[in-house]
Amino acid sequence: MIRSLLLILALCLAPFQQMAGVPVAKLRDLEQRYANGGDTTYVVNLWATWCKPCVAELPWFEKLHRDDGALGPIKVLLVTLDAPNTIESVERFIERKGLTAEVVVLDEGKPHKWIDRVDTTWSGSIPATLLVRKNGTTRAFYEREFTYDELRTTISTFLWTTPR
Amino acid sequence: MIRAILTATCAVLISVMTMSASDLPDGVKVGDVAPNFVLKGTDGKSYSLASLQDMKGAIIVFTCNHCPYSVKYEDRIIALHAKYLPLGYPVIAINPNDTVIVPEDSYDKMIERAKEKGFTFPYLIDPTQETAKAYGARRTPHVFVISKVKKNYIVQYIGAIDDEPQDAAKAEEKFVESAIDNLIAGKPVEPSFTKAIGCTIKWTKK
Repeated sequence: MIRSLLLILALCLAPFQQMAGVPVAKLRDLEQRYANGGDTTYVVNLWATWCKPCVAELPWFEKLHRDDGALGPIKVLLVTLDAPNTIESVERFIERKGLTAEVVVLDEGKPHKWIDRVDTTWSGSIPATLLVRKNGTTRAFYEREFTYDELRTTISTFLWTTPR
Repeated sequence: MIRAILTATCAVLISVMTMSASDLPDGVKVGDVAPNFVLKGTDGKSYSLASLQDMKGAIIVFTCNHCPYSVKYEDRIIALHAKYLPLGYPVIAINPNDTVIVPEDSYDKMIERAKEKGFTFPYLIDPTQETAKAYGARRTPHVFVISKVKKNYIVQYIGAIDDEPQDAAKAEEKFVESAIDNLIAGKPVEPSFTKAIGCTIKWTKK
């Protein structure tokens, strides 16, 4: 009896556990994370499941996430601009693509109000990638697509050309 | 010596990594004269700024078939044309994408889409992407409202159609509408520039 009750309870909770899979975040939350990042370089890729060139370059960010660590402490953060109410399709997408890098759904409203907060040079097209280090004080922004080699080169150049 | 090599290497690396948006021309700013274009529409006819004849201006929208954000805005673009053509501001839609990279944006598919959705405004193809570059279009959809001042068409507004891509009903600020309403009323356009999320224009790879 207790066992079957537990089973029912588990079944009821299952959808919620899945919901907890991909968190939503505000820009403020992300900025807070960079600020507490210490030595870590954040590689923040802005993408969406509906954006073909974004999907095409996701494997490179995933590969970077699984990399050897030669570039030093790196945290890949895949920030999707998919609408927060489509989170389940985002979760299915992550599963299908086998992504293990951290994905968060950006939960911000009116785009014209927050695009400049990500970077003032950003026109708003995706894919776009932000590199942040030194507790958020050093950043570079790229409104472009990357190949894996270009991505690594860009990150190592960023590390070389910004203050230690 | 080592420092020189490092500097040179860095310079090369930096030039490699900046071959992107920054390589594109800035295009026009609000207040500039609108660049002319001669582009073919889905009706087979050729359109230019001269096609506007005695119109007061135009709503130039860089858009395309495939981009989900363009699709989300399709009905709103149709509505803009219906509302503002009678007031002298028709929509001119321009597809700037490389159709080899995105076959869904080919001229034939544009004709299909125009028929399907019943576009009554010109839907033009920009095969050389020169028009998109001249305007400084970066994404789809990307709007440039122009209006006639003396003999020239002047860029009056650059940016998003409204502040809510996901749901037209939830839009609070309708930037293009208020820009044109202000132009018609002889008031300053404010804001005259907004940013928006959109699909990158698919530039031809050299």
